[in-house]
Amino acid sequence: MSKHDEKEKQDAGAFGHVTRRGFLKGAGLTAAGAAIMENGLLGAKDAAAAEAEPVVVGPGRVPVTLRVNGTVQKVQVEPRTTLAEALRFELGLTGTKVVCDRGSCSACTVWLDSTPVCSCMTLAVDVGARKITTIEGLAQSEELHPVQEAFIEYDAMQCGFCTPGMIMSCAALLNHKANPTLDDVKQATSGNLCRCGTYPKVFEATLAAAKATRKGGE
Amino acid sequence: MNRFEWTDAATVHEAISQLNGRAVVKAGGVDLLDRLKEGLEAPQRLVNIRNIRGLDRIEEGKDGLRIGPLVTLARLSEDKLVLERYTALAQAAGRAATPQIRNMATAGGNLLQRPRCWYFRQEEFHCRRKGGERCFALDGENQYHAIFDNQLCAIVHPSALAVPLMAFGARVVLTGSKGAREVELERFFVTPEQDIMRENIIAPDELITEIKVPRLQPATRSFYIKQGEKESFDWPVADVCAVLQTKGNVCLKASIVLGAAAPVPWRASKAEASLAGKVINEQSAREAARLSMEGATPLAQNRYKLAVFEAIVRRAILRQASS
Ligand SMILES: Cc1cc2nc3c(=O)[nH]c(=O)nc-3n(C[C@H](O)[C@H](O)[C@H](O)COP(=O)(O)OP(=O)(O)OC[C@H]3O[C@@H](n4cnc5c(N)ncnc54)[C@H](O)[C@@H]3O)c2cc1C
Ligand code: FES
Ligand code: FES
Repeated sequence: MSKHDEKEKQDAGAFGHVTRRGFLKGAGLTAAGAAIMENGLLGAKDAAAAEAEPVVVGPGRVPVTLRVNGTVQKVQVEPRTTLAEALRFELGLTGTKVVCDRGSCSACTVWLDSTPVCSCMTLAVDVGARKITTIEGLAQSEELHPVQEAFIEYDAMQCGFCTPGMIMSCAALLNHKANPTLDDVKQATSGNLCRCGTYPKVFEATLAAAKATRKGGE
Repeated sequence: MNRFEWTDAATVHEAISQLNGRAVVKAGGVDLLDRLKEGLEAPQRLVNIRNIRGLDRIEEGKDGLRIGPLVTLARLSEDKLVLERYTALAQAAGRAATPQIRNMATAGGNLLQRPRCWYFRQEEFHCRRKGGERCFALDGENQYHAIFDNQLCAIVHPSALAVPLMAFGARVVLTGSKGAREVELERFFVTPEQDIMRENIIAPDELITEIKVPRLQPATRSFYIKQGEKESFDWPVADVCAVLQTKGNVCLKASIVLGAAAPVPWRASKAEASLAGKVINEQSAREAARLSMEGATPLAQNRYKLAVFEAIVRRAILRQASS
């Protein structure tokens, strides 16, 4: 996890920031940032001297580069645009659903690098270098992800509205735990609300997908 | 949500030089975006601190644990050092919100999030905390509200991390344009009597740049319990952290803090005092739990919380005896 965070930090300065100047600045001031941390405010004065004007964008549309499902996409969005809105309205990736728009149902779950987050509470300008994976990016060309296969086989959906978010949560779990317990699956989906109450089938399907994946890998 | 400008701060200084009440900090953004979507605030600029380097460390030094404000709840809950030594903190982080939110939410933002009272969160209710005339919870829907210090405004403090952090005697380092200061969490939070419009003393141009947890005394253990209405994610109806220093099965010192009880994380002083020098057993735990609710002033719909608190306080104390 922390290694992963580290990597995220490194990339963040180099990609996806709104302007080239932002990048140069971000990279150049690393040492100054660390100095403040270590020396308290004494260091801050020196850092201030080295500092230029901050780069401010918006409130109108700004160019943002998003790495989505293995592609590089350029969009023009206002800073207030959420990642969910950018995916759905700018890129037409409507597999990601928005239900509560407040972080409390997980229907909008996507991965940033390999970490599941709520795209409704993430701003598109804040994604930076992180790789976005949506439900559309799970299948490998014609082949569905094992969790998708299992959801079909086990009838793990009714209305289907929570399903993309559920699948993103369950597939993320299998990425770092090949042999999850029922409790692990419950924990991984504990933020995903399903109004139709399909939870038991979701659990069954995910455990079956894990089993199938382990077999396939042998 | 209003339109706003956006800037990525590369350093602490770059961030604080822009902060002025109209330009506000964004860390994980989970609480801030909720407030903006509800139309409670309309800042001119968001200053993103998420990419400032060095603010996401967890380190243990001679004088204790230092936590960067950008450490996420997910990381806190999985960190080996925190799990082993400051167990209650990892437990609180791991029980808060949903897995997705824990991946985004930061420790600093968690301490500074604004109350979840449903009247406060609705633009239509101009309550005292927003400069209005009345607290709608006092004679409204108040089943999740405060049972202590609830005469003026009945919010409960929303931060799960504040509960163990206060029990551990943590401090926050606040860095602003005039310099840095260190404040005990105990003095950081503000009661409605002190100032009804705010929950803490941070200034508009200050950042939390570090959270410091003092080194634990030997033979000190901690435990956190959260009781929600359902098993999957939920806000607590009651939560508690008990930090006990023991010799054999005798309690030398107890620190017990309640969450979801009052507008600030609530220290159960009488319960703490009653345990000092006592053998930890069912009887002493029961007595401490009873004392933790002494002086409570429940509202029309939240008297049930007293029994819930008594149960979890007792269990949190007894867990130390059995561990
Ligand atoms: C469904 C759901 C369930 C939840 N359940 C729980 C729960 O059970 N327990 C719990 O504790 N929380 C819960 N939360 C709340 C969540 O934990 C907080 O919203 C989150 O921790 C805020 O952190 P953040 O980094 O996203 O803060 P932000 O939204 O970025 O910031 C919050 C506030 O703090 C300020 N700020 C942030 N960092 C700093 C800093 N370093 N210095 C100065 N100012 C700063 C911002 O300006 C803002 O005003 C829940 C949220 C959701 C959506
Ligand atoms: S739509 Fe994002 S969490 Fe509900
Ligand atoms: S299948 Fe309908 S909400 Fe889950």
